[in-house]
Order: sequence, then structure tokens, then C-alpha cells
Amino acid sequence: MNKQTTGRADIAAPPRFGFSSNVMQVLYRLLAAALLCMVLASLSDAFMTENNILNVLRQTALLFLMASGLTLVILTAGLDLSVGANIALSACLAASVIKATGSASLGVATGIGCGTFVGLANGLLVTALRIPSFIATYGVMWMLTGLTYFYMGGQTIHGFPPAFRQLGSGYLLGIPMPVYVMVLFLAIGTFFAQRTIWGQQVYAIGANPVAARLSGVPVQSRLVLVYTLSGAMAGLASLIILARINSAEGDIGENLTLPAIAAVLVGGTSLFGGSGSVMGTLIGALILTLVLNGMNLLQVNASWQPLVTGVIVLVAVWISTLTRPSDE
Amino acid sequence: MSSRTVAPSLIARVPGVAIALIVLCTVFAFASARFATPTNIANILVQSTILLLLALPMTLVIMTEGLDLSIGAVLTFASIILAVIVIATGSLALALSAALAAGLCFGLANGVLISVLGIPPFITTLGTLGIAQGLSLLVTDGQSIVGIPRSIESLYSGSLAGIPLPILIATLAYAVTHILLYHTRFGTYIFALGGNREALKIAGISVRGMLIGVYLFSGLMAGFAALLLTARLNSAHPTAGIGMEFDAIAAVAVGGTSFERGNGWLFGTLLGVLAVGVLRNGLNLLAVPSSAQVASIGALVIIALFIDGLRSEP
Repeated sequence: MNKQTTGRADIAAPPRFGFSSNVMQVLYRLLAAALLCMVLASLSDAFMTENNILNVLRQTALLFLMASGLTLVILTAGLDLSVGANIALSACLAASVIKATGSASLGVATGIGCGTFVGLANGLLVTALRIPSFIATYGVMWMLTGLTYFYMGGQTIHGFPPAFRQLGSGYLLGIPMPVYVMVLFLAIGTFFAQRTIWGQQVYAIGANPVAARLSGVPVQSRLVLVYTLSGAMAGLASLIILARINSAEGDIGENLTLPAIAAVLVGGTSLFGGSGSVMGTLIGALILTLVLNGMNLLQVNASWQPLVTGVIVLVAVWISTLTRPSDE
Repeated sequence: MSSRTVAPSLIARVPGVAIALIVLCTVFAFASARFATPTNIANILVQSTILLLLALPMTLVIMTEGLDLSIGAVLTFASIILAVIVIATGSLALALSAALAAGLCFGLANGVLISVLGIPPFITTLGTLGIAQGLSLLVTDGQSIVGIPRSIESLYSGSLAGIPLPILIATLAYAVTHILLYHTRFGTYIFALGGNREALKIAGISVRGMLIGVYLFSGLMAGFAALLLTARLNSAHPTAGIGMEFDAIAAVAVGGTSFERGNGWLFGTLLGVLAVGVLRNGLNLLAVPSSAQVASIGALVIIALFIDGLRSEP
């Protein structure tokens, strides 16, 4: 793999991660995505159709939105396993609010509010109660799953106002709406991570929490922030999914967490924290979407998808352990 | 040591989970007339056996500062293998061997990925969870496997000398794990692995081999649990064991085994399994939907971890 120049020694001074290493990482992955496109185009005639390309873009956008907040969490060497369950609860609450009030904006507020609240709870469990992040968010995942099924009681809520549905299935200038949302949050996320003090502190915490604390980074409050942001992005993603499929069920978030984690890791963000980028996650989401889309086009049984995603996660982490500076 | 320090340490150590168990039993005994009956209590014990088979190895895994999120999915996959082979060949011995082999394969994969490739346990087992789930779906095409011989069902419902067979199997598993953990060198190293990995390395012990052994044990027990699960359901279903890992982790956490520092307590896990079993059974009697039960177990875990965190305060 590529060289990681972001060593651990240079953390004490607030890191200005060399643009070059991030850019190279992204370029390598773009190249991989382009190769994947060429392979798929040669294997299936259906790949290069306008319909399919728009579909890939829309799926990529969705996956990116779920994974963008998660990227920040993983940059701090944490993990958020509750993303999928958070999406399910947020989508179901938003759906019932829209149904009850007929107001799309109230629904949007509910979805994002619920997601943010769950994220905040995760952050507090990890910081105030000092529970390891993967255990805390895993417990929260099951609580949310239980609550969602309990709340829905096996029912489906469907049929939303056209204005709301635009968010997921609408087009502007021939491009799906979610793609615009994706570009917006790519810009915000990249600016936050690369160009603000808070973003740099997130990198510093992931690279070496002790050094970060000693150099005056408010570690606890930054951690709460990244989990809250991850929750908020899950809430936003839930709305777009809701608007796209036009119905909400208890199992709406099933099988979303693993692909989101895979997108972050394939995008080059290290599970051990401190290196990676939001832009990388976009490419990761694109690569994963291309793989799953290709399997669809080649009529591979959908049952293969969790298996393939699992393998992709393992390979991606394995690669990041190879390039990880050894601390033993 | 003065009595001033002994008393708090006793309070800090023994009761936690025991108090939780007593409180749960008392509450449910008042809330439902059907709870404190001999039939129901026997029921709780029998129903807890599958969970115990998963929670025992999970205790060892967590003591090594690891985690096995794949155990529920591996249990499901092993149960499917068992059902497919017993239907195809009619031989229970062959089917059980295949189920155990499936469990061992996943255990080996987890152990190698974690110890040789250095991938963190929670992400390794999350990945193999996806793989096991995918394999289960592929083999069954999402359908239940039915038509299992009656003889297997009697493994779960039968009894020997008045004691239900699952209880005998679970007792045996507990005894084996107890001996393994407290009376063998392997067990001593497990305590050391979580507590002081460096010392173990310096002493020349193969940490890799130890870790692989622990995850192999986890896979093996998932294979045995698959036998009980298949016998209980008299079928195999691709989602049957999903989420069981959560109950197992909950039981271990409630039982006082710590996620950081390698402090394990096998008897605590047994009590934790009973606490989870009582909670599920009591909520069932009160007609609380299983979705809300999951949420309440989640709350139980967070509370247990919170207490664990308080206790570790210097």
C-alpha cells in the first residue's frame, strides 16, 4: 500500500497533516474506483446506462452521509456501531410525525433531532461513563433496535408528501437530490476536519490521546462532539432513505452499519485513529457501492452481500494494520 | 488487612449481580403469579442453558480484552449445518461433528485474524459475523430448514434421572470451563493475558497461540449450543441465533467480568446468565414484547458497565 507519512512523533505540535499524503491516498482509491468501473462496464451492458449511473450516485450519496459522521468517530480511534439502529429509530419517528402533522419540516426536525440525541447519548456513555466505544454503541444499538420494533409494533408507515419525497427521489438539473446533499456535507466535513482547530484536535486525539490532552485539547468535549455529529448525520441519512423508499418499517436500518464502517475503512481512515479523511470516505462509499451494484447487475444472489461486505471490512482493516506505525 | 477494608471489598465483589438477581426475582414474583412456580423456574433454567454455553467462552474472550460479536451468527450457521447434514444422512454424530467443525473454523479464523494479523477483536468478529450471516442465508436461501428427526428434539426435552438433559449438558460445560480457567496453566495465562500481556510475552508464552485457543473454544461452544438450539426449535432458521451474542455479552458484563484489566469471574457469569434469563422470562410473563426486552437488556448492560466503571475508580 501507500506510504503513511503521518507518524506519531509529530503530534505534540498540532498536526498539519501534509496535504500530499491525504491527496495520494484519495488518488489511489479514485484509480481503484475507475478500474472497477471499467471492469463492470466490460462485464455488463447495463452498467453504463444513465439510469444505473444515477442509481450508483444516489447510493453512494446515501452511504457517504451515513459514513461521514462515523469517519470523525473513527478518526478519534472510536467506533459507532449504532448508526444503522439510529437510522431506523430516526426514520420511524420522523415518519410518524410527518403522518400525524402532515408537515415535512417537522419530520425533518424530528429525524435529525432524534439522531443527534442518540449521538449525544453515545458520546456521554463513552466520556462520562468511560465505557469503551464499541461496547457502549453496541449496547445502544440493541436498545434502539428494541425501541424501534416496540414503537412500530410490526406496522409500516408509508406514503409521504411529494415535497418531502423530493429529498430522496427528486432531481435537480438531471442529478439526484441526495448527490447535492452529499456534495454539501463533503465540503462542510472536509472544511471542518482539515481547516478548523476542532477538526485538527479530532486528528490529534486519534493519533495520541495522552499527548492531545497534555497539549491542552479538551478531549472529552471533542469526543462528545464527534459522536453527536455521527448521530446527527445518521438522522439526516434516515430522512433521505425515508424519502427515497417512501415507507418506514422497524427493520429499515438493518444491514446498514457494516457497509458504513466498510466505506470509512476502504476510504483509508485508520481504525486506530489519527489518519484518514472525509474525502476518502466518499471514495470508499463509491467503491463499496460499485461492488454491490456490480453484484446486482451480474445477478449475484443478494445473500452474498453481507459476506462480501464482511470480507471487505476485514481486508481494509488488515491493510491499515500493515501501514500502522508499530507502537510495541 | 483490617475489617474496614474487608467489608467494602466483599460488598463490592460478591453482591452486584446477586443483588440484581434477587431484585429481579422479587419484582417478578410480585408482578406475576406464574413466576415463582416450580414449572416456571425449571423453565428458566432450561432456557438459560443455550445462553450459558455462549457466555462461558465469552467470559474467557472478554478476559483477554477481546470480544466475540460473531458467536450468535456462528451458532446460527452451525445449527443450519447440523440440520442440513442430519436430514441428508440421518446421522446425528456426523451432523454434530460438522456443526462443531463449522464453529471451530470460525473460531480459528477469528483467532488468526486477531492474533496474527493484529486486527482488533470487535472489528474482526463484526466482519466474521457478516460472513457467517451471509453463509447462513446462502445455504438456506432465507428459509427455515424443517423435517429434523424426532430423536434430536428429545435431546432438549428429555431428561436423565429426573434432570433435564440441557441442564446436564450445561453443567458439564460449566465444569469443563471452570477447570480450564482455574485449574490449568492455560487458565492462569488467560488471567495474565488481560491483566499483563507484556509479562506473559517476557515469560516466553505464545500469546498468539493462547488467543487462538480462546477463540477456538468460543467456536466449539457455539457448535454445542447449536445442538441445543436446533433441538429446541426442532428446525434451523437463518436468523435464529442473531443477537444471542448480545445476551451473552450482557450476562458476562452483568456478572462482573471487566472489559479492561482481565478480571474474570466465571460464577458471576453463571449468575449473569440467570439474571438475563429471569429478566426475559419475567418480561415474557408480563407480556412485554421481545423488542422491549432487548431494550431492557441493553439498559441492564449499561448499568452494569457503569457500576463496573465506578468500582474501578481508585
